[in-house]
Amino acid sequence: MSFYQFLYILAAASFILALKWMSSPATARRGVFVGEAGMLLAVIGTLMRAEIFNYEWIAVGLVLGTVIGAPIAIFMPMTGVPQRTAISQACGSLASALIGTAEYYKLKPHGFIMSALIIETLLGFLTVTASIMAWGKLQEVLPGRPVTYKGQFFINMSVLAGAIILGVLLVLNPEHTELYPIFVVLALTFGVFLIMPIGGADMPTVIALLNSYAGLSACAMGFALDNKLLIIAGALDGSSGFILSVIMCKAMNRSFANVLFGGFGQVQHSAAHGVETRPVRSATPEEAAQILETANSVVIIPGYGMAVAQAQHKVRELADALTKRGVDVKFAIHPVAGRMPGHMNVLLAEADVSYDKLIEMEDINPEMAMTDVALIIGANDIVNPAAETDPSSPIAGMPILDAYKARTVMVIKRSMGVGFAGIDNDLYYRPNTLMLFGDAKAFTTSMVKELGAT
Amino acid sequence: MNYEFGLYVFMLSAFLGFELIRKVSPLLHTPLMSLTNAISAISVVGAIMLSGEKDVSTLSRVLGFIAIVSATTNLVSGYWITDRMLKMFKKREPAGK
Repeated sequence: MSFYQFLYILAAASFILALKWMSSPATARRGVFVGEAGMLLAVIGTLMRAEIFNYEWIAVGLVLGTVIGAPIAIFMPMTGVPQRTAISQACGSLASALIGTAEYYKLKPHGFIMSALIIETLLGFLTVTASIMAWGKLQEVLPGRPVTYKGQFFINMSVLAGAIILGVLLVLNPEHTELYPIFVVLALTFGVFLIMPIGGADMPTVIALLNSYAGLSACAMGFALDNKLLIIAGALDGSSGFILSVIMCKAMNRSFANVLFGGFGQVQHSAAHGVETRPVRSATPEEAAQILETANSVVIIPGYGMAVAQAQHKVRELADALTKRGVDVKFAIHPVAGRMPGHMNVLLAEADVSYDKLIEMEDINPEMAMTDVALIIGANDIVNPAAETDPSSPIAGMPILDAYKARTVMVIKRSMGVGFAGIDNDLYYRPNTLMLFGDAKAFTTSMVKELGAT
Repeated sequence: MNYEFGLYVFMLSAFLGFELIRKVSPLLHTPLMSLTNAISAISVVGAIMLSGEKDVSTLSRVLGFIAIVSATTNLVSGYWITDRMLKMFKKREPAGK
């Protein structure tokens, strides 16, 4: 056994430890460190291999990649984390797709290796364009609403089927190099089509799924190059992305198929589109601050709107001001709040909220009935009682945060507009609900000022 | 090459991945995704192998070089931002008590 193989084994063990230590905030940073060490060992081990002769290009590539990657990591605001992950995934899968392509033209292998290369490049190329599309939707360069048209499912499936058929033909006749570019184009096209009908609010599931594809692509490369380290790291990623997307689907009570092909979040043109005449009660920041001040317990429910308004720091100031007055403040985190799994946790951690105040849905819901005020900031569908009461609603059966059970519900919202799912929220018309109209950040700022003044 | 052995390695790692990820608290799902995203940059190994070979063709050289750059971008930004995020997760002692 050569020395590099020894380093590869250490690297594989490091990746496993890295994921293990991610399970708790206390050990997570150690996890990242050991993951970095693992990657370093893998790179050093590879550079030591006898097959490596040319170092110039490798060195230039590594330096250039670092020069591009470091500023992204340093300057990316925390609200941009979902976009960064998407674009980073595009880079990673581009690498694996290009390596697969080069290997194909170099070897034109048969049988098992060719199958592995086809899986590697198919997943790689489709993840590149799908990730770029996801980035576009998250960055709002592309419309966040799903783009759907008649026969879309059929067209998408035909493109995928075409890519798979060409892939099989290439496995059977690797010498037919003229087929390969068509295969690549179909894979790239499918990546675009795959994301088009998926709306912005479903991005947590999609990013997790694309993460899984990128991992599986690296894994297939491991088979093609007979490299166990790639197989292990790729399989760890593949299963991690997959299980996260399953968790996200469960949190919305929807199937994979529904997320990927459902066109969820289109503007609904249903009969219920009549003019809403029910009255709503609204309140000024002064009134809202008074109610908060006199409460014993407040549960803050953040959503994507808080991220858009960059209100997390002001929200933390509000929580601090209330805590100082003896109010018990907690944050209720819905699993799919935001644009990425765990998005709200990161934003609130950035704002210096202690993580033991961030409570998961199952743990906070039993407490809701005993809560004085539920303060909803930029969240909509995840607190919509229609999920529990209206079986015909698009979000029927989705587990929600039971904000409506609190004695008073306050909702900071820009207008009465519908949420992502495109449906009205009955919560806003309830007698115990107060609407706080305004920008999440501006409104919270006024409330903090009010609390400071008295 | 022993494919069967490779498939066993794949099967065991996939199950291990499931078990490890299931234990991660939803609190850390974003840093977790960032970390696994960084780990998928392991394709840099393949990219180095491709570019470093003796008598490498122009096509392999160009593709290999792009692959190294993009995998390294993925790697560096992935690990770095994960650490930046995790640094922020703090448990504060109740102030003034």
